[in-house]
Amino acid sequence: MYVAVKGGEAAIDNAHRLLAEIRRGDPAVPDLTVAQIREQMRLLVDRVMTEGSLYDPDLAALALKQARGDVVEAVFLVRAYRTTLPRFGATEALDTGAMTLARRISATFKDLPGGQVLGPTFDYTHRLVDFALADGAVPEPAAEAEPEADAAACPRVTDLLGQAGLLEPSPPDDGAPVGDLTREPVDYPADRAVRLQGLARGDEGFILALGYSTQRGYGRTHPFVGEIRVGSVELDFTPEELGFPVSLGTVDMTECQMINQFHGHGAVPPQFTRGYGLVFGQGERKAMAMALVDRSLRAAELGEAVVVPAQDQEFVLAHCDSLQATGFVEHMKLPHYVDFQAELDLVRRLRAEHAARTAEPDEPTLREAAE
Amino acid sequence: MNAQVQIQVTASPGTGYNFAYLDEGTKRMIRRAILKAIAIPGYQVPFAAREMPMPYGWGTGGVQVTAAILGSSDVLKVIDQGADDTTNAVSIRRFFTATAGIATTTRTAEATVIQTRHRIPEAPLAEGQVLVYQVPIPEPLRFLEPRETETRQLHALAEYGLMHVKLYEDIARHGHIATTYAYPVEVAGRYVMDPSPTPKFDNPKMDDCPALQLFGAGREKRIYAIPPYTRVRSLDFEDHPFRVQSFDRPCALCGAEDVYLDEVVLDDAGGRMFVCSDTDHCETRRADGHTGEAA
Amino acid sequence: MAHTLARQLAHGFADPVHEGQAVFRAAMEALSRPGRIRPLAIALTPPAPLTPELAALALALTDADTPVWLDAPLREEPAVAGFLRFHTGAPIVASPGQAAFALIADPAGCPAFTEFAQGTPAYPDASATLILAVETLSDADGPAFAGPGIRGTMRLDAGPLPADWASRWAANQAGFPLGVDLLLVAAGRLAGLPRSARPAAPEATPCT
Repeated sequence: MYVAVKGGEAAIDNAHRLLAEIRRGDPAVPDLTVAQIREQMRLLVDRVMTEGSLYDPDLAALALKQARGDVVEAVFLVRAYRTTLPRFGATEALDTGAMTLARRISATFKDLPGGQVLGPTFDYTHRLVDFALADGAVPEPAAEAEPEADAAACPRVTDLLGQAGLLEPSPPDDGAPVGDLTREPVDYPADRAVRLQGLARGDEGFILALGYSTQRGYGRTHPFVGEIRVGSVELDFTPEELGFPVSLGTVDMTECQMINQFHGHGAVPPQFTRGYGLVFGQGERKAMAMALVDRSLRAAELGEAVVVPAQDQEFVLAHCDSLQATGFVEHMKLPHYVDFQAELDLVRRLRAEHAARTAEPDEPTLREAAE
Repeated sequence: MNAQVQIQVTASPGTGYNFAYLDEGTKRMIRRAILKAIAIPGYQVPFAAREMPMPYGWGTGGVQVTAAILGSSDVLKVIDQGADDTTNAVSIRRFFTATAGIATTTRTAEATVIQTRHRIPEAPLAEGQVLVYQVPIPEPLRFLEPRETETRQLHALAEYGLMHVKLYEDIARHGHIATTYAYPVEVAGRYVMDPSPTPKFDNPKMDDCPALQLFGAGREKRIYAIPPYTRVRSLDFEDHPFRVQSFDRPCALCGAEDVYLDEVVLDDAGGRMFVCSDTDHCETRRADGHTGEAA
Repeated sequence: MAHTLARQLAHGFADPVHEGQAVFRAAMEALSRPGRIRPLAIALTPPAPLTPELAALALALTDADTPVWLDAPLREEPAVAGFLRFHTGAPIVASPGQAAFALIADPAGCPAFTEFAQGTPAYPDASATLILAVETLSDADGPAFAGPGIRGTMRLDAGPLPADWASRWAANQAGFPLGVDLLLVAAGRLAGLPRSARPAAPEATPCT
């Protein structure tokens, strides 16, 4: 007798209960706290905040716990929470030049005002598994830096280059409202602010691969790392009723300014151009890849031919979002038997027609004429 | 101070969310898009789709449209593949039961709002009903031209030659049009529209339908509509007129003919049976005493 | 100042969620079935000459994202803009061409449709919706319409309207998919006329 293979409410409930149990794992192992994730899985928390477009380390840590460590699922939880939050307005633009630095490096100058600050980095570590960590080794306290006389003077490398006219100026604030792709559908061609927003929210792996492709010849941009800076920045907001900015606190950010060779065109003299990356927390890989792709997406504006994927803003913006991608890829799990039935019917018909043609090689013309 | 700043919470108790989940500002934005979609039948209105608490591709567009139109006296039916009890249909129905506290039904005739994925119910729809389609790829020209900037121009110029070329290539290759679902239609003599991945069997039901048909694509951020009693023509050629699929047997459970059937594999020895894809239609018929060969 | 304003201000929807939904659904039905007159029961008492029906549609459909244009009689009474700004947050614009919605208390003096946003060939939805408060609204006589949402033909008579109304509408419809859409409100009633509604010869009364 026919038994319909269909899910019911009970099956869904049971699946969710099983998920909760599996998420907890062996009850003999202590439950992971949100604070532990926030403190000890910080780079993961930073990535979830960046791609989730919401600066809330505790929420991102909780999302990671709920998602069993699945980054895309955690981003999804944060985004779905974010949509329901009331909006009070937009903050003033961040002044990353006034960042309290934890790390600051430049690949274009050996030394520069403010110096090179390595800070906490995996760079130059030997990637040898540290088995002592498995036994809960307590790290040595970090060395304290000597307070510098002019600690405040740490200008952005791009500002130093810009003074000499060697680097294109940062576009002036035209006062036009900044687009928000979470509030308006993207209208192509999208301006740079909207593109940067899309890239910041974009999946790290996807942006990384695209940035990498530009280095391998798919739209070469001759990039140099002008500067990467990591640290905390003051966030200012001007409430309508006050009319002057008040500080909301600080956020940790990573900023990457890429400097790219440019031969000039028409009236524009040869000068270096910019690619920009900015993410929450410490996320150098994403910020660098974002800066590479940002520069590539400026192709049309700089008079370059749009020929490779990283230069094609519709391709990049329509496919960089991990939630859109994962949703649509994974929706293939949903039943499609109505469409499949239609295709099954067609393939059977085409096969029957093919078989008839093969059996009687001279027939097709006649059959068609008869139809 | 502005009244809009006050957060209105009128939900079914205990959810902490607004009635039907979406905030009122988002609903207004979607409602305005729906009104323009109705005024320009078949044209895809861009809208700022929100990130919903279910994945893209699983009905976020349909859910947003339903959430924006739903009122407390509505009776909601949700189907997927024609069935009320498939997992995603159950999940979406529960979402609205939890967030809007509205009545639900599996009976097509009792519903005021029907959200669907991949089918149009077999029972004729009536005035006063709204059919909300979940749409994955709203752009009928997308697989012929991937760029939005290009397809937008083609719609603006009503330049649909590409689509006819594609269908004609099918005929040249196979002797007939090989598109079996998401079969393109022309709405009210102007816009070519994707009917969502319904089998072309359902296309004729869209034409001159007494109910309002709304289409929501969340990931692609588009809403479009077919008002009631609107001419919906499946694209075809004079020498190759549009034809729907037909099944050479009735439903094995209720004996219905001229309905869309699911093929069910019974064993690994080639055993098959064909049953109504529309579960409500099948159950209603069986309750009325109709039987098929397997019942 | 704010205190005085608050005291003088007429209230908005008592239940914004459900009243807003009901008004939207009426508008959706009205535009879906052009010319068919729908009941619209409103409990608002907005400052005159803003009618309860105009106010209800404004509250249901407009907000900070929708520039609103007011016709001369509505502009002349400052309490109208005050009411709308407070309850909707919608920016009130001086030029009809900037408006997403136009509220019109004197339909006989309605500016030419072409003064309002028509949309563009790429984005025909970027066009205005005009909400006109008429005194009379009838589907028993008046010009006939055909098109999407209409089974056969439908008649709709409203007044007072400008003398060249018929030619204005014919021109608006001829520009499809560009053009403006109308919502016509009278006391307790609503009808819609989307740009898709074509002027038609009235059908002979069917033998029933």
